[in-house]
Amino acid sequence: MSRKQALAGAQPVRRSSAQGGNGPVAEASTPAGPTAHLSARDVRIEYRAPGSTASDVTLAVDNANLELRRNDFVCVVGPSGCGKTTFLNAIAGFIPIQGGSLELDGRAIPGPGPDRAMVFQQASLLPWRKVLDNVSYGLELGRSMKRAQARDRARELLDLVGLAGFADRYPAQLSGGMQQRVNLARALAVEPQLLLLDEPFASIDAQTRETMQGELLRICTARDVTALFVTHDITEAAFLGDRVCVFSPRPGHIVREVVVPFERPRSQRVRRSPEFLALVDEIAETLYGGTGPLPGEVID
Amino acid sequence: MATAIQTRPPTAPSPGRGPRASGWPSPKYVYGTSAVLAVLVLWQLVAALRIKPAIVLPGPFDVAKAFGQLFSTDAIWADLLTSGRELVYGLVIATVVGLPLGLVIGWYSRLGYLLNPLVTFLYATPRIALTPLLIIWLGIGDSSKIAIVFLMAVFPILINSASGVQNLDAAVLRVASCFGAGHLQIFRTIALPGSVPFIVSGLRLAVGQALIGVFVAELSGATHGIGMLMNTAGQQFQTSIVFAGLFLFAITGVVLTGLLRRVERRYAAWRPRD
Repeated sequence: MSRKQALAGAQPVRRSSAQGGNGPVAEASTPAGPTAHLSARDVRIEYRAPGSTASDVTLAVDNANLELRRNDFVCVVGPSGCGKTTFLNAIAGFIPIQGGSLELDGRAIPGPGPDRAMVFQQASLLPWRKVLDNVSYGLELGRSMKRAQARDRARELLDLVGLAGFADRYPAQLSGGMQQRVNLARALAVEPQLLLLDEPFASIDAQTRETMQGELLRICTARDVTALFVTHDITEAAFLGDRVCVFSPRPGHIVREVVVPFERPRSQRVRRSPEFLALVDEIAETLYGGTGPLPGEVID
Repeated sequence: MATAIQTRPPTAPSPGRGPRASGWPSPKYVYGTSAVLAVLVLWQLVAALRIKPAIVLPGPFDVAKAFGQLFSTDAIWADLLTSGRELVYGLVIATVVGLPLGLVIGWYSRLGYLLNPLVTFLYATPRIALTPLLIIWLGIGDSSKIAIVFLMAVFPILINSASGVQNLDAAVLRVASCFGAGHLQIFRTIALPGSVPFIVSGLRLAVGQALIGVFVAELSGATHGIGMLMNTAGQQFQTSIVFAGLFLFAITGVVLTGLLRRVERRYAAWRPRD
């Protein structure tokens, strides 16, 4: 199978009705459909380093367009410093945008909120809480649930991430990979509308990382999680995403969306298939090959 | 091509680290006790050689005898009670004032900017030097002595609580705000538990400072107290009584510090053991 053919299978695999109508799917800016869950239109983010003068601003993100439907798993890859994390932080509500619109279910994002949960590169668990209480932390802050109920939910999620026996440990007693599983469970416990992940596996050893990627995909598929995953690792993006959005160098915008044609859940074996390698090659070419966006390139 | 990686959940190892080799106390205690015994033996040897007369350097046995002598009358209880009251009141007031104030200073940076010059000024001043002032203001009764103990003890507590809050992990704070936590929730769930190690070490420092305060306060006009007892005994060359008083102070410090270490172990059990 040639690369073009591999990508010709780039019809949306899971929710074909949702995406099929848009014709060529690999374009950067798809028109906003009524089913859009998260929609970013012409987003512009300026970044001012703390302590610097007002004129000293960096344009981190410009003209970023992205659309997520429910249950989408979208990966964002880009060169380091391209503003992809800034973009994610804006969606999380940590930083304001200077232009365009950023909407979740049709409403502008006002600030951080429990409808979006974020998983950072560092597990950032509360070291004085046992694993179980860490998982129920978000629920406790939300106050929408009784304590016993929250603990039950936390237990269920620990089971899901494969840490059922570790509820009474302190984070310091866990390995880095296990801490990141707890982090994931904590984010999932609040049942967010949107799961935001910022290179969550970057500081985990390669082998554990591949295992964790498989686990994440399994969990997100099983629980119908809508996720936006930022990474600089192309293989990771291709393995996880339904679509991979390639960011340009700063000021960042999405130059290309590549649809990943593999059915979820995916086995680790997918990584070694020629189709997968061709896909990775395709993304890498977009990322490193050209000097800018590739206008009009349609994968068909 | 076979995949080498299996997705397998980790299994929890059985709880507990297995029994310690029984019969022998831990090396920590063996070494500690031997050091204390060695110093006592050396001290007794030097004293027994009578390089200096017993009135200048009594041996451990003389000091033990002095202890017996002290506790044979009821007067010692009045002294212990007076000094103990000064210590406890001073420490409690210092905690009640210093702990919340420190936490608030750490939390609201602007309040910190406001109070920092004052705190730094008072902390840098040898607060013992305020004794004459406090006696003028409060008289030579209990209140001036408690005030001195308070002044000695309050700063370590205040400064440590503040830096406990200031040194919170920014990543953990970000997680809390990501979940939409309010200020009060962040304070309760992160600032407070996160500063416990700082607070406890502040309290430990405060115990030492407070004991200095008790002793110095009783030097300038007191009717009872261990500090006064030592001072009087010193003027009468009852050197072994002075030593006995010294040990009373030391024992109090050791006991209180030990209690705080227990508190620390209870509330900071999450810290990785060294």
